[in-house]
Amino acid sequence: MHVPTLAEMTSEGKKPEILFWVGCAGSFDERAKKITKAFVKILQKSGISFAVLGAEERCTGDPAKRAGNEFLFQMQAMANIETMNAYAVTKIVTTCPHCFNTLKNEYPDLGGKYDVVHHTQLINSLLKEERLSISGKHYKGKRITYHDPCYLGRANQVYEAPRDLIKKLDAELVEMKNCKAKGLCCGAGGAQMFKEPEKGNKDINIERTEQAIATQPEIVAAACPFCNTMLSDGIKNKEKEETIEIKDIAELIATAEDL
Amino acid sequence: MAYLPNIFFAALLFGSVFYFRRNLLFIKRNILLGKAIDRTDHSKARWANMFRVAFGQSKMVSKPISGILHVIVYIGFVIINIELLEIILDGLLGTHRLFAPFLGEVYNFLIASFEILAALVLVAVVIFWLRRNALKIQRFWKPEMKGWPKKDADNILYFEIVLMSLFLLMNATDLLLQNQGVPHYIKAGVFPISQMITPLFASLSVDNLIILERTFWWLHITGILIFLNYLYYSKHLHILLAFPNTFFANLDPKGKFKNNKTVTEEVKLMLDPNADPYAATVDGNVPEKFGASDVTDLSWVQLMNAYTCTECGRCSTECPANQTGKLLSPRKIMMDTRDRLEEVGKNINKNGVFQDDGKQLLDSYITREELWACTSCNACVEACPVGIDPLSIIMDMRQYLVMEQSAAPSDLNNMMSNIENNGAPWPFNNQDRLLWANDN
Ligand code: SF4
Ligand code: SF4
Repeated sequence: MHVPTLAEMTSEGKKPEILFWVGCAGSFDERAKKITKAFVKILQKSGISFAVLGAEERCTGDPAKRAGNEFLFQMQAMANIETMNAYAVTKIVTTCPHCFNTLKNEYPDLGGKYDVVHHTQLINSLLKEERLSISGKHYKGKRITYHDPCYLGRANQVYEAPRDLIKKLDAELVEMKNCKAKGLCCGAGGAQMFKEPEKGNKDINIERTEQAIATQPEIVAAACPFCNTMLSDGIKNKEKEETIEIKDIAELIATAEDL
Repeated sequence: MAYLPNIFFAALLFGSVFYFRRNLLFIKRNILLGKAIDRTDHSKARWANMFRVAFGQSKMVSKPISGILHVIVYIGFVIINIELLEIILDGLLGTHRLFAPFLGEVYNFLIASFEILAALVLVAVVIFWLRRNALKIQRFWKPEMKGWPKKDADNILYFEIVLMSLFLLMNATDLLLQNQGVPHYIKAGVFPISQMITPLFASLSVDNLIILERTFWWLHITGILIFLNYLYYSKHLHILLAFPNTFFANLDPKGKFKNNKTVTEEVKLMLDPNADPYAATVDGNVPEKFGASDVTDLSWVQLMNAYTCTECGRCSTECPANQTGKLLSPRKIMMDTRDRLEEVGKNINKNGVFQDDGKQLLDSYITREELWACTSCNACVEACPVGIDPLSIIMDMRQYLVMEQSAAPSDLNNMMSNIENNGAPWPFNNQDRLLWANDN
């Protein structure tokens, strides 16, 4: 697929409506790359003009900051801000709640002020503006449970945008024991993704996977590449990968639309 | 001689108020050992938060049973305290039911409501006790609750049971005296609850009744004054601090972690090709310490948080790390912070200024294993009924570990050097960021 970079568009004298911040997982992680592609297909279908930073994008610094390395975080942030400000970026969409949170909440203090949305929010507004439509055929009546990513939900109060999309698929949305403000973490946040867990009697992703399985879903919908990995590992651990799929909301919509 | 009780009462009252004030000033001094942080913006939103969360108990009801019971005790506590005003004035002036002649019917209504509330509080407190000690609800039996915290929680319940009982006993004997037309015991008040216990004392002589009534009256007010002074040593301090604590709570999105401005200055300097690399060191200031290893590195809001903690454990129940058996418990983070702060405070009281005691919050109280188990999920912050932020303390301490001690777990060091060298937490080449687009 051809995905324009900001550098390309700028050299052609064009300015995209929105910057798609792909994020490290979305760029490099095999599973997350599928989410990236599904979302690009949705963007292309809607006709919105967008671009990515490509090799000019660097880690937002979120895991460094949460690990306690404020210095490394700010070095990353300043470099990214310099890049984006040079292109006069105003609007950003991202499929990663960690990037979303950092760009939206932590970049402004360092001079990076952008209008940042999560992909589930952007898809909702594209639907509202009728630049996109979703057919309910593919997932009609399927039992889908939704896992709230901490950095989308509690951290930024985005609870309904992903749920609205699941409902638009005509699927049956079933909630887990812990959801929305009381959602249980998948275990990846705060830089845990990159280290072994401390000793305990269970891994956090297993606890959350058990909650998901208890709703007897056909699909567990996620809205974060890291949650996706943690839950996929959990489902494998429980040997349920034959019956339960872990899908990002972007993937569900791309599939529903045969993209 | 006739004024002896009044004088004795005044001494008791002013003595306890004085002692309480002294302790409050210690708390204030200790809290202000924390670093400055500006929490005076958006005062409208702050008042609203305080009214909703502290006055309105909005977070309490997310656990319906304990929430409703707590609301009963809270309303009871606040309203019955109106009666306290009369009791104090009676004590000072040697009067009896001073307000009755002025309030008439309203007085009857008030006394009746106090009685009903007192009975409700009694029931609620007994249920609280049963939940802790008979049902043994898990969150009250975690390791950090051993010893004083457990005793403290029970003590508070015993205090409340005794105070409410004395209040009703005092009224019951008063009612009997009123009915017998004993002088001084004017007919005043309606006693829907205590009238039921009057048969207990019905056979007593007037003299004995008076002795009992006075005894209950004195025990009640003395108990209240002791309870007031008990606050300082107890998690019960939250009945006062919940208000400022919710007022000064963080209003930003929970995902926004604070920006370290000192670092910003340094980073700017590093990135600025025109900056003089030696400029930063010229002023000879000791470079600021990054993060927190002891309570004095925390902000005063974080220290006030520690004094406000009710040790209810709602945070730890929701904590994913704690749920899965990790050492981390956000409640313990708050309790440790308070314990250490009190230790530092006592040290200052003794020595005038703080003398190094070879201890600090990190390691002596909070272990690294606890700090590294946090997923920064904010469940603890969301759950806290009084607006406490344990996560901010964890993050400040991590910052100290990494920036002052380079003591991150090795996996995290790998992740960070990847970010530094490749711009991603994994060892990929940043030039390959767009390869995904070529896949198909
Ligand atoms: S933020 Fe950390 S301490 Fe708080 S609930 Fe989540 S894992 Fe536990
Ligand atoms: S921090 Fe809040 S939720 Fe946790 S024990 Fe203290 S008062 Fe309860």
